[in-house]
Amino acid sequence: MSKDKLFGLVDLDWRFELTKFRPVRALFKSRWFPLLPILFNLFIFVIILLAGFLGGYSAGNYNFGIMIVWILWWVMLMFVLVPVLSRAWCLMCPFPIFGEWAQRGALFGVNMGKLGGLNLKWPKALKNMWIMNVFFLVTTFFSGFFTVRPLATFILLGLIILIAFIMGLIFEKRSFCLYVCPVSGFQGLYSQFATTEIRSKDPQVCKEHKLKTCYLGNEKGYGCPWLLAPFSFRKNTYCGMCLECFKSCPYDNMAFNLRPPGADLLVDDKRGLDEAWKSFIMLGIAMVFFLSMQGPWGVLKDMVRASTLRGYLTFITFHTVLCLLVIPGIFFVFSYLSKVFSGNKEVSLKKLFINFSYTLIPIGLGAWIAFSFGIVLPNGSYILHILSDPFSWGWNLFGTKNVPWTPVFTHSLGYLQGITLLVFYLFSLAYGFRLSKQTFPGLQEAKRGWIPIFTFLTLTTLLFLWLYIG
Amino acid sequence: MKIKCQVFCWFIVCSLWFMAGSSFAQAEKFFEVKAKKFSYTPNIIEVNKGDLVRIRLISEDVHHGFFVDGYAVSTSAHPGQDGSLKFTADKPGRFCFRCSVTCGEFHPYMVGYLVVKPNSRFSMSAAAVILIGLGSLVIVFRKKENEQG
Ligand code: SF4
Ligand code: SF4
Ligand SMILES: [Cu+2]
Repeated sequence: MSKDKLFGLVDLDWRFELTKFRPVRALFKSRWFPLLPILFNLFIFVIILLAGFLGGYSAGNYNFGIMIVWILWWVMLMFVLVPVLSRAWCLMCPFPIFGEWAQRGALFGVNMGKLGGLNLKWPKALKNMWIMNVFFLVTTFFSGFFTVRPLATFILLGLIILIAFIMGLIFEKRSFCLYVCPVSGFQGLYSQFATTEIRSKDPQVCKEHKLKTCYLGNEKGYGCPWLLAPFSFRKNTYCGMCLECFKSCPYDNMAFNLRPPGADLLVDDKRGLDEAWKSFIMLGIAMVFFLSMQGPWGVLKDMVRASTLRGYLTFITFHTVLCLLVIPGIFFVFSYLSKVFSGNKEVSLKKLFINFSYTLIPIGLGAWIAFSFGIVLPNGSYILHILSDPFSWGWNLFGTKNVPWTPVFTHSLGYLQGITLLVFYLFSLAYGFRLSKQTFPGLQEAKRGWIPIFTFLTLTTLLFLWLYIG
Repeated sequence: MKIKCQVFCWFIVCSLWFMAGSSFAQAEKFFEVKAKKFSYTPNIIEVNKGDLVRIRLISEDVHHGFFVDGYAVSTSAHPGQDGSLKFTADKPGRFCFRCSVTCGEFHPYMVGYLVVKPNSRFSMSAAAVILIGLGSLVIVFRKKENEQG
């Protein structure tokens, strides 16, 4: 059988193990890693919180908290962390550290005894992305505050850290990260596109290792805090890259691999309506954010920043209906058409709808990257200012306090956005037809059933193109 | 069949290039732009490629700026003290003009659009999406049983 090659170039099964290099493996096995990056980020986030609190209700573009979180962190997430390194942010995220610390009773070493806290199991009915979907959508209701008002960023981050801590005391391990954290869902969803992955190497080694220490833990590392079975999981979505399994596997059978982007999109595992809706919500938010933040319409800005209660409620209503009903509704129509076109009677509409929703991941990620260009290029230069004067106390730590506002490369913004959308559209097409083949048993059905979905993807791309540069 | 298809594609691409490159007779366009937290009126300015654009910026509340992406020209206005700007719109496409003076919390989102027609950036990209899309469809429909990729 000939190999399945992405764009006829890269074999989809191609993997390059990065942990085969001794220093990388040693780093991954050290208990200092990822502890040190976490502590570093904890330090940064303490400054962010402090700046957020001190900055109060002032304009945010000269505030350390606002700039680091919404320009640097957000853009890093969309540009490199998620598309290249999967959930590398979760590797170094300081939010859940207090809860985890309380559970383990140790910051550095491995506590082999019973974990502290109540350690309750998360309710089965909620073991999905729905809470995160709602939590994230609700968070965006306040985008007109936390992206511009330091105090609002303080409250948002403070709440996340507080909830993570309380949940750490009540529920087992990383339940907060798996089922509640608002930044978790989209990282999980889009990390399926990532060009790297953590996976076990040789299934035979795992099979012969009866005591699954990666799951149960040993003196070198904890059992997977994300409640995965490291020896068998197949997609990035729910692996928080905490690296415990690298430490607890006595055979060095865990690997960190380079791979072709998007490989997980074809993995038929834990697919569901929750993940599908995550895709729709992300598309909707990208549109609404663009309209309100990079569009020229003052009316909309007044709504989003709640100049009048009525305007604000109108914004929330439209935003919610768009994300939860309109986009899924339109996608449903195209899925239905796909079934009709295919002529297949056996495949359920639900399965078709869910499977094809994964075609939205590349183009959604592309829409977010293109959007982020429009945030970082014009506003990036504020970062130089806030680095020197983080609390607006008139400091000039690095001598960059007086650097004037300098838009960078904004003359090419349109090109960058256009090219980004085009490239990710190609990925959506490439994986789209493969998903069609996966969904329909016959090739002819897959071809015909692909037409409506192809149309949907093309129209979505054209819509974003028109929004961003048309 | 294949050749015909290719000729057609080239025809579209070339005519788009031509549209993008062709210059229109220069005209002078004058706009009075009012700035008020956090938007401009008019919020979208349309001109033709080659036009001489003159802008008077009037602030209706606080100190606002006006920076044009792609042209890197700027001015600013206080209430009662207008700003002015003159440039030749020689680059086609849609560009943002943005407030360049911190004027309040939504200042980074205070933008308007300058559309220099023909917006070839958009038409080219849209044409590329459609052509590539259709091309991919052709490839898909030529696939035979057992063929991967
Ligand atoms: S899921 Fe959320 S809280 Fe947990 S590590 Fe990731 S970003 Fe941090
Ligand atoms: S599989 Fe589990 S233990 Fe291993 S890195 Fe991922 S989350 Fe951590
Ligand atoms: Cu302004």
